[in-house]
Amino acid sequence: MGAVGQSVPRKETWEKVTGRTKYIDDNPRPGLLHAQIAVSPHAHAKILSIDTSDAWKIPGVRAVITGQYYPILTGSPLADRPPIAIDKVRYYGEPIALVVAEQEYMAEMAALQIKAEYELLPVVHSPSEAYQKDAPLIHEHLAEYKRHEEVYPEAGTNIANRTKIRKGNRQEGWNKSVHAIEVHVTVPQSDHAAMEMRCSIAEILPGGKTIIHSASQSPYVIRRAISQSFQIPLHNVVVHTPLVGGSFGGKSAIQIEYLAYLASRAVGGKAVKLVNSRELDMISSPVHIGLDATIKLGCTHEGTIAAAEILYLYDGGAYADRGAVMSRAGAVDCTGPYRIDNVYCDSLCMYTNHPYSTSFRGFGHPELTFAMERAMDLLADQVNMDPLEFRFHNAIGPGDTTPTQTLLDRSNIGDLPMCIAKLKTVIHWDDRPILEIDGHLIKVKGVCCFWKTSNTPTDAGAGAVVIFNPDGSVNLLCGAVEIGQGTRTALTQILAERLRMDDRMIAISTEVNTETDPQHWKTVASRSTFLVGNAILKAADDAIEQLKNIASIVLECSPIELDVGGGRVFFKNRSDSGIEVAKIANGYKFPSGNTIGGQVIGRGSYAMRNLTLLDPETGKGNPGPEWTVGAQAVEVELNTRDYTYKIVMAATVIDAGKVINPEFARSQITGAMSMGLSFASREAFLFDNKGVILNSQLRTYKLIRYGEQPEYRVDFIETPHLEAPYGLRGIGEHGLIGMPAALANSLSTAVGVGLNQLPLTPESIWRTVHDSV
Amino acid sequence: MPSYDTALYPMEFHVNGERRTIRVRAADTLLYILRDNLGLTGSKSGCDNGDCGTCTILVNGLPQKSCLMLGVEAFGQHITTIEGLVNSPVQEAFVQKQAFQCGYCTPGFIMNCHGLLNVHPDANEETIRVWLESNICRCMSYEEIHKAVKAVFTGSRKS
Amino acid sequence: MIPFDFDYYKPASVQKAVEWFQILHLQGKNPMYFSGGTEMITWARRNSIQPGAVLDLKAIPECNVMDFKKDSLVIGSCVTLSALSATNLFPLLSETAQGAADQTARNKITLGGNICGQIYYREAVLPLLLANSRMVIAGLKGMKEVSIHDVFFQQIRLEKEEFLVQIVIDRGYLSLPYVHYKKRQIGNVGYPLVTVAALKKDNQIRTAYSGVCAFPFRSFEIEQALNDPLLPLAVKIEQAIGKLPAPILTNAEGTASYREFVLKQTMAEAVNVLEGR
Repeated sequence: MGAVGQSVPRKETWEKVTGRTKYIDDNPRPGLLHAQIAVSPHAHAKILSIDTSDAWKIPGVRAVITGQYYPILTGSPLADRPPIAIDKVRYYGEPIALVVAEQEYMAEMAALQIKAEYELLPVVHSPSEAYQKDAPLIHEHLAEYKRHEEVYPEAGTNIANRTKIRKGNRQEGWNKSVHAIEVHVTVPQSDHAAMEMRCSIAEILPGGKTIIHSASQSPYVIRRAISQSFQIPLHNVVVHTPLVGGSFGGKSAIQIEYLAYLASRAVGGKAVKLVNSRELDMISSPVHIGLDATIKLGCTHEGTIAAAEILYLYDGGAYADRGAVMSRAGAVDCTGPYRIDNVYCDSLCMYTNHPYSTSFRGFGHPELTFAMERAMDLLADQVNMDPLEFRFHNAIGPGDTTPTQTLLDRSNIGDLPMCIAKLKTVIHWDDRPILEIDGHLIKVKGVCCFWKTSNTPTDAGAGAVVIFNPDGSVNLLCGAVEIGQGTRTALTQILAERLRMDDRMIAISTEVNTETDPQHWKTVASRSTFLVGNAILKAADDAIEQLKNIASIVLECSPIELDVGGGRVFFKNRSDSGIEVAKIANGYKFPSGNTIGGQVIGRGSYAMRNLTLLDPETGKGNPGPEWTVGAQAVEVELNTRDYTYKIVMAATVIDAGKVINPEFARSQITGAMSMGLSFASREAFLFDNKGVILNSQLRTYKLIRYGEQPEYRVDFIETPHLEAPYGLRGIGEHGLIGMPAALANSLSTAVGVGLNQLPLTPESIWRTVHDSV
Repeated sequence: MPSYDTALYPMEFHVNGERRTIRVRAADTLLYILRDNLGLTGSKSGCDNGDCGTCTILVNGLPQKSCLMLGVEAFGQHITTIEGLVNSPVQEAFVQKQAFQCGYCTPGFIMNCHGLLNVHPDANEETIRVWLESNICRCMSYEEIHKAVKAVFTGSRKS
Repeated sequence: MIPFDFDYYKPASVQKAVEWFQILHLQGKNPMYFSGGTEMITWARRNSIQPGAVLDLKAIPECNVMDFKKDSLVIGSCVTLSALSATNLFPLLSETAQGAADQTARNKITLGGNICGQIYYREAVLPLLLANSRMVIAGLKGMKEVSIHDVFFQQIRLEKEEFLVQIVIDRGYLSLPYVHYKKRQIGNVGYPLVTVAALKKDNQIRTAYSGVCAFPFRSFEIEQALNDPLLPLAVKIEQAIGKLPAPILTNAEGTASYREFVLKQTMAEAVNVLEGR
């Protein structure tokens, strides 16, 4: 029986239940210095002066620096962000100074002593406000910022990026439409809130070698960023990333690493640690993106969607970071998984005076899906079609094209109609009414569909090295970060399958070390099993070839007569005859002592193929190798007296291509579903009218806790993606994507009023119902 | 303006069954002391504000948040951290049900659950919920945790 | 992490505590009593308070009692909320205490700490207000026992060197009919949108509130309205709302208007249930 498809436990299982796991901050070391940042109390202001003299008076302080210490602009795709503010602050919580001290508490006290004077500027509170013609400018020098990837900022505005989709003919679409709806939705910014706070340790050795330890999804990007920003040769920057205590996209941005590096530089290269408090992790480090959206959708008498006109205004916050790329991802998949011939979409990343946004599980999709699927429910209602039937009728499939005019086939799109059909069974859609009333309790279901492709750079890639030990066991080296998703274990399964060996004979470290592990773009976008998996398959094939070559000499045959499996190299036609891998893994020693071959080391690498940049005027291009599609449902029980509700059930049917580890796959989906429900039902930053965040603690920023999880129903379709290892598709983010939409659709049906603003708190429902009367 | 004239307090307490004698800063929390003075990094910092439960330990058998306790308050007390658990059925159940993803909240959940098992070996669903909602798992592996906890308490009722 | 240093004292008697406090005060140490310490730690780590010395009251025997003395229940200020709930001598207090924070925090939070805290809610006060309980307070002149209504008005009013030793509740209150509602928008852990504790004595309903205003309170005017036999329920509630002692709170848990909406419902629920008992 092969390793792929088995629920093998995580390699690091016992460490995790015994507290022996070492996360970034779990290695106390003598002599380590501690950094702390002072942050802006204002959302938008000119910095008139910063007085650090009182901070210097705190005993144990070794350095105090401000933005002037090393004035650079960082950020990708658009270099618009100083690691420490220079001249002005653009969000509440922005670093304005940094202190290094002997003890953590000294650094904290010294940071509290930093005094700055400001001249307040008008605050831009939302992407819609930022889009107004007379909105205050947040970046006056937008045109001058260096661009690293495709990005289209518009100087003189608050637009950090605009992606246009022009597919078909807008007028023709409207001419065909008998029914039309328009919907506005709002998704506020919220937080990743990984349990482990961001932390980075930097050290600059006398020879110039720079060592960064960081809880990150992007160790290789840290290496590149530090190398570029501080002119250090790439090979002289070493990044270590141990097991990460949750990240959800939030640890893919490079932020705290710059600060740790500057802190170390300020004290002559000594090792300095910077760890966020929970409060700073929420407000100062990058957050989950928000969205203001307007969708107009039209369909024919038969319910065939003919036109979509879309404006997505993503809340990128004070700096563009990955918000710019997310707004592009939002354009690429702007319609949701539906066949629409005429699409007109502008998707923008707007600057606001909010914390800046970076990737969050789903990368712009949960937000656009909330908008699009609210529109779908409204239109279905207008055509008087069953909401799932309406989606089934318009589901995208082979032969159709996406908004970027990519032609779809079975391999790259999978099988959405099958997902919808299966969802119907899973949630007993046809057997029970959508809405059941019992006194003041209403039980109601809401549904939605989702899709997502990866929007990686067109050259994103990964490498892998497979090293055979003398006993035939194997060490796997690769750069995928273990953030809890089980990737590193799943990758050993992929390797075990290819080498036809016991996966327990394959070791993989918990840590990624950029000095010894081959590069992997980033552990994001549900891409690691795809990119690293493909590299591993090549490395495995390389190793197999080496094993066969040595074995062929020993067995006096041709390599093509041989096969590898079960710890042996054997004849294809006489499997009982062969040689143990252990005897040849480090070369074969003849009885005479003469040795042939050497250690078997397989190498492999893989990069994205056939991806193209998008045409700036039409959006035409190929954004990703495949889509993952699925259908979801939520059932709630609403109390019509006070609008409190209970999420009773949540369901996902997803086309996973191939499930590598069923237990991991299910927990990725269910965890993502609850995360989506948590953010849809309660999570949002609460800003006052000055742009100050009022809920920067987990006491007031609430998350779903034990006992609130719904009953989960998860099912998989397996339509192979031919380019991927064993046909797999990305699934790490997708369980989250449709949850806000399905929840909103269920609650909207329950109260009979459209609920188009997240989070769906009882108060917001009450207010909407109250206002509509 | 504080001037650090840090007086260190002699501390004697029992940690994982061993008597420990150390000197601590009065303003340091027990969490900090366990991690930085004693190297017991299994207890995690997730908020330092008593809101998330990643730092949960047992004080005289009862689960508490070590970030909400000064180290000096633990004088003479019996402290158990995740490192002090040996063959707890809770750990075994978490392994069997793979009741974690990133694992960062796991020590806190296990300590809380272990404490509950000691105090209420026959705890019902409601009691289990009330105790375990003290902890947050952001990977939201609540279903798996629920299965693990159920296995533990079903097992304890049988024996 | 608490960014400043303080001295730590753990007096073993009431007298020592007061004495040491006085000495530290004279030394300009800005001393502070604490029992559970949870709130002290959370304020100090944010640098919102800067005591130069803290006095841990947990070693004082009187602060740890939970027993009947004649016809009164005496609860020490250092008894934890979870111990209080587990022993369950005063069911309304048990239930109210059970609503604060979460279980592992309640293993540390004490009754005295909850009453004397700075956080708006201080829910454990509600049953004590309803039961006209008495507070045993230690000070420079020794111990005194006073009505809660004389020392708790929005918050505890103690002299600097005074601290709460015990709470005394007449046995007669412990078994009266009661209701307790803690309403949150969502979830089972967290501060209240509205908490209402109510009990019925001599055919009169008494109510106390947390989460409604920026302090917990019991209002005799509100009780008058709610107990007026001539008024229909809706009018009682309207009148009661008109007697609130301060503007309704708006914060992360909810705005004033939604709070008022929920408060009215909760008041009605409380009155309905207790009128039937």
